[in-house]
Amino acid sequence: MDLSVAIGSLRIPNPLIAASGCFGYGVEYADSVDLSSLGGVAVKGLFLAPREGHVPPRIVETPSGMLNAIGLQGIGVHRFIDEKLPELRERKATVFVNICGTTIDEYVELARILSDADGVHAIELNISCPNIKEGGITFGCSLPGTHNVVSAVRRATRLPVIPKLTPNVTDVASFARAAEEAGADAISLVNTFLAMAIDVETRRPKLTNIVGGLSGPAIRPIAVRMVYECRQAVKLPIIGMGGIATAEDVLEFMIAGATAVQVGTASFVDPFIWTKLLDGIRAYMRRHRIETLSDLTGTLDTTARHKAWISS
Amino acid sequence: MPVDVDAAVISNTRLSDDYSVLALAAPAIATHALPGQFVMLKTSRGRDPLLRRPFSIFQILRHDDGSPRGVTVFNKRIGKGTSLLYDVEAGARLECLGPLGRPFDPVDPPVLAWMVAGGVGLAPFVTLAEALIARGTAVTLFYGARRAADLHCAPIFERLGVSIAVSTEDGSRGTPGLITAPLSTALSAIPASQPLRLYVCGPTPMMRAVAGVAASHGRPCDVSLEQVMGCGLGGCYSCVVPARDAGGVPHHTRSCIDGPVFDATRIVWEALVH
Ligand SMILES: Cc1cc2nc3c(=O)[nH]c(=O)nc-3n(C[C@H](O)[C@H](O)[C@H](O)COP(=O)(O)O)c2cc1C
Repeated sequence: MDLSVAIGSLRIPNPLIAASGCFGYGVEYADSVDLSSLGGVAVKGLFLAPREGHVPPRIVETPSGMLNAIGLQGIGVHRFIDEKLPELRERKATVFVNICGTTIDEYVELARILSDADGVHAIELNISCPNIKEGGITFGCSLPGTHNVVSAVRRATRLPVIPKLTPNVTDVASFARAAEEAGADAISLVNTFLAMAIDVETRRPKLTNIVGGLSGPAIRPIAVRMVYECRQAVKLPIIGMGGIATAEDVLEFMIAGATAVQVGTASFVDPFIWTKLLDGIRAYMRRHRIETLSDLTGTLDTTARHKAWISS
Repeated sequence: MPVDVDAAVISNTRLSDDYSVLALAAPAIATHALPGQFVMLKTSRGRDPLLRRPFSIFQILRHDDGSPRGVTVFNKRIGKGTSLLYDVEAGARLECLGPLGRPFDPVDPPVLAWMVAGGVGLAPFVTLAEALIARGTAVTLFYGARRAADLHCAPIFERLGVSIAVSTEDGSRGTPGLITAPLSTALSAIPASQPLRLYVCGPTPMMRAVAGVAASHGRPCDVSLEQVMGCGLGGCYSCVVPARDAGGVPHHTRSCIDGPVFDATRIVWEALVH
């Protein structure tokens, strides 16, 4: 059985990637998870400079989900390259570096710096973090903004460029198209949904940041629909995510059109989820006599099963 | 390296309307657990609550032949997850991940060990007391609570040979008021030449006050901070506390992997959210 999938020129051993912001810099898990057995590791979003992020509380649980407003705390790209990348390289991880900037120049500079670093396999362009005001999301919520930042980064690096789209727009497929026209190698979606939760006893927001991003199983059906819409709009490989917690969820995203997937929140609940997902995918492939997993991508069958019996 | 055990509940002993001691069969965790470490417990099989909850390892359970059997956690019913745990019955199964976090560093004689606990902050001190007693270190527990009915498990410490000083805010047992008062009195009575270390766990204002008392007496003090956690493994950056680095510069520091035990002088108390 072949579980490998191709994201542009990058072939990964299976479609399971640890989602950015949900797996630290990967090295935190190096002793408990075989990083080389994952399709890849998307590291915590990095700016050029270190950032302290938001004041806690930074997360709050909601039914089947959670809100987060971490505020992109991070060590900055230089310390990442010096302190984390060598171990990721040694552990043979496929590394997706999630980058964030406030200007196009910052994204370009990050892409250049990472292109020169040994052990980076792809750049995930975070233009979708809902939790910070400056940069990022302002590109991700504007079609020209998305086009401009993607094409600038495209020119700056030979690494695969994967813009990560926000679901907080009216028509996500148009952003997928803008990314494709600008030369992206793939797209990933979805980032979290802007949301909030209130303590009614105190009438205070449960997060210091007031609003945060909703993730986890609660968002999965919306994320699947968005992957499906993007699949119809573009030819690019799609990395789908949003609430994946079981092998069935992985398969659902792939059938909707994803080539690979990321898992975030569910890996908080079960850090050893990866082998369970792989086992479940293999069982499905056996049951459906699928030799090559990538054949499943975009195989949604929408032919009508019943004749319309009344005109609407 | 943490392991995830689908642990059978051996017993759930209700101590009062809101406190219980939950015993879990988890030999693989008990074997490696160090004092002050914690486990991440899934409080339900379903997805509400979705995330696990961190709990200090309260006791290490052993079979008659001394081999590790499991762990207990000291649970106080506060929110949804802790209420579910309070109601759990023997025979149920709970996913239990651990041991996690930076442990306490137990001192050796002649250094005295003074543990200061507030309410549910008693949780990390049984394992610490055992480690200290095993080294021959003299141990005292200062234990404060709102009222006498909230003071639990003192006999466990008495059996270990720990001296106990108690305070209650309503004066229903021990010294009336906060635990810092008897602690300050006792610290003043100890000659400066006698080395001593404080270990603290409890509500944030209490830990802050004790850290202040320790500093004013020039005593080293370790605190075990209890923060909301997403993963317990350093993945999510939810549980950060403002802690100074070696150069004295404060950073948001993950309490799951850099803590939960910190040198109290590293914490920027006025910035610690509770
Ligand atoms: C605590 C937390 C931190 C996150 N940080 C980032 C980040 O730094 N960069 C990013 O692109 N997405 C970040 N995300 C979004 C996830 O990568 C993912 O898109 C989203 O959580 C949906 O997937 P899930 O439901 O499997 O978690 C974060 C999510 C969470 C829960």
